[in-house]
Amino acid sequence: MAEEQKPAAPPPPKPPAAMAATAWEGPLPEKLKSRFGDGIRELLSYRDQNFLVAEPPAVIPILEFLKIEEEFEYLVDITAAHYPQRVKPFELIYVLYRFPPHNERIRVKTDLAEGEKPATATAVHPGANWLEREVFDMFGIAFEGHPDMKRILLPEEWQGHPLRKEYGIIQQDQRWVQENLHIDSGQ
Amino acid sequence: MPAATFLDTSELVLNMGPQHPSTHGVLRVVLKLDGEKVTGCECVIGYLHRGVEKIAENRTYVQFAPYVDRMDYVAAVSNGLGYCLAVEKLQGVEAPPRAQAVRVILTELNRISSHLLWLGTHALDIGAITPVFYCFREREEALKIFEKYCGARLTTHAFRIGGLQYETYDTLEKDCLAFCEMFPKKVDEYEELLTGNRIWIGRTRGVGILNAEDCKEFGVTGPLLRAAGVEWDLRKQQPYSGYEKYQFEIPTGANGDTFDRYVVRIQEMRQSTRIIRQAVESLPTGPIMAKVPKVLKPPVGECYVSIEAPKGELGYFIVSDNSTQPYRVRVRPPSFVNLQALDRMCRGSLVADVVAIIGTIDIVLGEVDR
Amino acid sequence: MNAVLDFPYLKPVLITLVIILVFPLVVGYIVLAERKVLADYQVRLGPMRVGPYGFLQPLADAVKLLIKEDIIPTASDRWIFWLAPVLSTVTGLTAFAVLPLSEWIYIADVNIGLLFILALSSVGILGLILGGWASNSHYSLLGALRSAAQMVSYEVAMGFALVSGLMVAGTLSMQGMVAAQQRLQIWFAFSNYGLMMIPFAVYAISAVAETNRAPFDLPEAESELVAGFHTEYSGFRWSLYMLAEYANMFVVSSIAVTLFLGGWLRPFPSVAWLAWLNFVVPAALFFLIGAGCAVGVKRYSDHRVFGGIMIVLTGAMFAAGASFLLPPVNARIIGLFWFLLKVAVILYCYIWYRGTFPRFRYDQLMRIGWRYMIPIAMGALIVNGFVMLWGQGGERVQ
Repeated sequence: MAEEQKPAAPPPPKPPAAMAATAWEGPLPEKLKSRFGDGIRELLSYRDQNFLVAEPPAVIPILEFLKIEEEFEYLVDITAAHYPQRVKPFELIYVLYRFPPHNERIRVKTDLAEGEKPATATAVHPGANWLEREVFDMFGIAFEGHPDMKRILLPEEWQGHPLRKEYGIIQQDQRWVQENLHIDSGQ
Repeated sequence: MPAATFLDTSELVLNMGPQHPSTHGVLRVVLKLDGEKVTGCECVIGYLHRGVEKIAENRTYVQFAPYVDRMDYVAAVSNGLGYCLAVEKLQGVEAPPRAQAVRVILTELNRISSHLLWLGTHALDIGAITPVFYCFREREEALKIFEKYCGARLTTHAFRIGGLQYETYDTLEKDCLAFCEMFPKKVDEYEELLTGNRIWIGRTRGVGILNAEDCKEFGVTGPLLRAAGVEWDLRKQQPYSGYEKYQFEIPTGANGDTFDRYVVRIQEMRQSTRIIRQAVESLPTGPIMAKVPKVLKPPVGECYVSIEAPKGELGYFIVSDNSTQPYRVRVRPPSFVNLQALDRMCRGSLVADVVAIIGTIDIVLGEVDR
Repeated sequence: MNAVLDFPYLKPVLITLVIILVFPLVVGYIVLAERKVLADYQVRLGPMRVGPYGFLQPLADAVKLLIKEDIIPTASDRWIFWLAPVLSTVTGLTAFAVLPLSEWIYIADVNIGLLFILALSSVGILGLILGGWASNSHYSLLGALRSAAQMVSYEVAMGFALVSGLMVAGTLSMQGMVAAQQRLQIWFAFSNYGLMMIPFAVYAISAVAETNRAPFDLPEAESELVAGFHTEYSGFRWSLYMLAEYANMFVVSSIAVTLFLGGWLRPFPSVAWLAWLNFVVPAALFFLIGAGCAVGVKRYSDHRVFGGIMIVLTGAMFAAGASFLLPPVNARIIGLFWFLLKVAVILYCYIWYRGTFPRFRYDQLMRIGWRYMIPIAMGALIVNGFVMLWGQGGERVQ
């Protein structure tokens, strides 16, 4: 039983092998390629799920295009993942869906550097509000232009972004715990 | 004698604190009022945040499965189904037909029990103190079946990656059919008390309207979207676990108000009874578990799988790095996304309606906060 | 001794004492009845532990309330905090003074009896407002004011409904109303070719709203945002408010019984050959309850105290039933029996409404009172007036 519990950072995970993704063929990727050219790096498909990887400045125009012209009006989810071994460690993922008759779901992904602030999607999809707040809360990715960029699940004064890989599994913001919960150990 | 304080007519801020009998969990709602009318509302959530997504990165796929039950603890079976389907997709296996059919039976029973709890508590919020007891009486029957099958009533962990662990117990079909026999009459009882009741209609018609445009803007799914008139159900649109084999209808409403959501959920309970009966009567024989390696290490990749949970679209986005533990598990919680629309639904309504509106979204804080 | 027996106010004083001593216990048992009846609707049993079938629950509740700590908010006005529940209780109980419990059981037969009761209930509303004021919180005060506004609105509707009844009765005196129904040989709810049903219905609904009972109990409902007027009251002070509320319910039901349902008269008071109702109905009722108690004796046969209570109850029920079969006893107490039976039926309806209906929202509640109840009552008043002018029914005021 350690008196001073220092949450050990877990060892950095091995760099993942590449996903066995195939190219995404079809009219929609053609349109996207012709429309956005360099903005889109890859158009792939894995396990029958299509996704594209875009450059950060192209993401919002792509979302707009998809919503207005391709009827992807339902923003299913915004989330992120942290790959610390990559050059640009954060991957931001948007999941979009268009209703029948198309009944199709796609993902828009982009890579972000540490401290890079992507533009907010709330102008295109109002439902992005809370989803982006959660990404900020968990990963520290602040969105430019978000009307209410503050934490949503954790207390506002919390320090640290838990879903980053360097955040320990039992790590807490010890100062916050000591001040607000009056637990001396801070855990 | 304290000095007289004047209630001036500028905006009043009213706090429905985390502890409140009607917020269905630890939810804090800050209302801005202009007299009786609500001009805006802000939800403060996170009181039940347990870091489930972080935990997932530190458990193996099999070890994480019981955790998902604890998110939407009212409809735990659905959570388990979504997770198992997502991992199975990553692994590239599919559960055998018998397992799929049993999964459908239990998931639909779970949908019924979730809607029953919703109905009872919603009616209680609006002042009808009797339906909650009837709803819980029927919920008991469904929970008994869960208990006999997997040993737990609430957080069931009923499914395994690749199929089922337990073969059905000997009277499962009989119990389910008896439930399907008994249940529609009970739904008639609830409807008798509520659907035609002038007071109920007065409290729910035109309250908390969220039309189809608003739903799609906010990404609201589930009974709220169907009540707004959009006939969309993932069990029909993107069937999973053998749902394409069963015949059922998707109930929709016209206005997207609280009354329509009530009717939609009642009808969904009836349709679920239909599905259960069909599944039981056509239950195939065969193995209950697909070939899944003992140490599960799905190939590198990611996928997003979503199901129609009782509350809306429940999605799992899992990233695998070919190790025994998932690299990232993201749960797309329907209650979280639906709750975002609370502000839009409460604008312009009266304070007394806020309780009814929170009830009609059918949130479970375990899912909102994870 | 003679001096005592010749004391002119002996009967009123005795009956007052009986009411003041007995009524709190009766209220306790009405609360128990409410819990048991609601439990019956809700597929459960209700209190079962304290006493056989929970019959001693009111005693336990009373003891609990009396020994509870008396908490007074520091910032409230102590005198008003004390006064508010006292005001409600006193006005509620004073109304009993003019209730005609039977032909000869009443405290006073005031010739403006009904007016007296309405005046008292209006003053009783002040007790609510002061209770909210004394809580020293915006939200409690708002809740109290909304309750008070609701009660005042429905008093207007009640008043209009009662005026129709008064037209038919021809007198404000409570005993006079029953006497009028006896003379005209009809319960006033059925007179004027059944048109009096409308004021009766309006009165019944307004009475539920005036006493702040479901489905009109939004201001004091637990699941709402604004706490009611009695938030800061606990223990004995709260029980005074409860006493006042149930006294109010009893009085309002008594008015309905007296003015519309024949008071202490039996059903069909004019039909002579139905006089056996006076004997058969009470005897059958008590024998039935006795039979139920006998089943209870068997159930609690291994429990000394509860079994003993059940045996005593069974004996009492059978004795009561038998006593109603004796003509001299019957003639004296049958009036009281009918009156209490009718009041009990109305109180059962109160409980029935609570178990069945959801709550009205406050604005809907006020709309019903002002836009529906009052115009309907006024309309019924006019219609009944015309019918009386041109037809049978009712007495012309002397």
